[in-house]
Amino acid sequence: MTNLEKYNGAFCEALEVDESKLAGLKYQDIDAWDSVGHMSLISLLEEAFDIMMDTDDIIDLSSYEKGKEILAANYDIEF
Amino acid sequence: MWKFDENNNNPALIGNNGDRLSYARLGEECRKLTGNIDKRSLVFVLCKNTVGCVVGYAGFINAHIVPVMLNEEIPEEQLKDLIARYEPPYMWVPSGREIGYIENSTIYEAFGYKLLRTCYDTENIKMYDGLALLLTTSGSTGSPKFVRQSYDNILVNARSIVSYLELDETERPITTLPMNYTYGLSIINSHLLTGATLLLTEYGLMQKGFWEFFREYGATSIAGVPYTYEMLDRLRFFRMDLPTLRYMTQAGGKLLPDLHEKFALYARDKGIRFYIMYGQCEATARMGYLPYQKAVEKKGAMGIAIPGGRFHLIDVNGDTVTEPETVGELVYEGANVTLGYAEKKEDLLKGDERNGVLVTGDMAQFDKDGYYYIVGRKKRFLKIYGNRVNLDEMERKLKAETGADCAVGGKDDHMVIFVTDPEMQEALRDRAIKITRLNPAAFYSMAIPEIPKNDAGKTQYRELEKYYVD
Repeated sequence: MTNLEKYNGAFCEALEVDESKLAGLKYQDIDAWDSVGHMSLISLLEEAFDIMMDTDDIIDLSSYEKGKEILAANYDIEF
Repeated sequence: MWKFDENNNNPALIGNNGDRLSYARLGEECRKLTGNIDKRSLVFVLCKNTVGCVVGYAGFINAHIVPVMLNEEIPEEQLKDLIARYEPPYMWVPSGREIGYIENSTIYEAFGYKLLRTCYDTENIKMYDGLALLLTTSGSTGSPKFVRQSYDNILVNARSIVSYLELDETERPITTLPMNYTYGLSIINSHLLTGATLLLTEYGLMQKGFWEFFREYGATSIAGVPYTYEMLDRLRFFRMDLPTLRYMTQAGGKLLPDLHEKFALYARDKGIRFYIMYGQCEATARMGYLPYQKAVEKKGAMGIAIPGGRFHLIDVNGDTVTEPETVGELVYEGANVTLGYAEKKEDLLKGDERNGVLVTGDMAQFDKDGYYYIVGRKKRFLKIYGNRVNLDEMERKLKAETGADCAVGGKDDHMVIFVTDPEMQEALRDRAIKITRLNPAAFYSMAIPEIPKNDAGKTQYRELEKYYVD
């Protein structure tokens, strides 16, 4: 599985959203992406990439695109 | 209720949008707002953690106008039903909110909120003199049932909280819970009483803006339901540097004992006071607390009665339990036990139906030192993210809406819908999520060959437990 597939998979599972809706998706755009959904998302991302995210990164991950930037910049994950 | 002294320039409210009001100014703003409303009138408030909302709430209480505190995100059909049922002459709602289905006009506006005068007559409302406030039972299954709280209830409970949490005017609690939720409201009530500063934000724990606001204004306390503590744990809270933090409280369901211990040890090492608490909307807010000095030693305990209150347990015959480590139903006595419920407008005239005694519906036991432990519930409900969800009510609704043969069970933050037809699994889960409007992560559905029933046709929920007990 590519990193993008893993990344998208975590979003789709945690937020129960279709892959086609991911581009441009932001925190609180949909009901499922609230604080509870965010926690599930972080768990799944950490599991998928076998990483432990820092507090600042967890609270900074406010959109689908921002998450990619964070993972690339701070956790050496290439997309 | 509160004395907003005109010489008190300590900030009462600071909003993360820049709104800032001293106690003197808060008093003035409250009077300006409530000057537009007849005394003993009813106001529906759609709550957000903002300065405007608190000005409304505090003003209404102080002026003996009765607010009905509702979640701002209440589904329109529910709000419509409540309006028809209670006929509020006024509503205090966020300025951008349109209420299309009843006639209304805006008669006042301040701090992002507007006061609507509806078509309902103020003469129409007859209420018991002591009635101060109406709140939902932290439930989110859309029940129109309210808890009736009196002025005395609010004051007595707030004073007790101020005393056992050792609060003074230098406190700065930050909002982490909605104002329409009794636990969130109790923080506002008790801190306004001590002249402290409320930090109001609509940001949640998982947002950068929350922590920036926390640091900028030096928040001194955090309150949370069990799920909040799981989030803090996930956020690597233990590695965060928060020098202004003085105390943390937890209520709204039982924290997993391991997480209780983790936070208790952290707090002890950092010199922060950590309080486990116990309460219900039916007792205004708080009934019990675990003194922070005992937080590590009494892992899993809910604690002792708050100042001014008393606990005891009763067995199945209604007799008082005197032996430690014996399970019984928890009964609380105190002046914060609320008047009773309201299910329709006419109920607002009712007086005190409980006389200071609340049979909690929670099963508990105490240890040899007199510390209470909650061990279960008499009624079938779950707490999901701190919200009470009645399982029988959910089951009835699902059956009525889908006609499926189903049963609903589960544990806190984990509801399970059992159904015999596998094709209905997803539809039922979706319905349950829509009904509660809670995050889908707590909802599961499972297809089983048969719903276990006894000879009388009663569902055997015990037999379903094997599917979800770890």
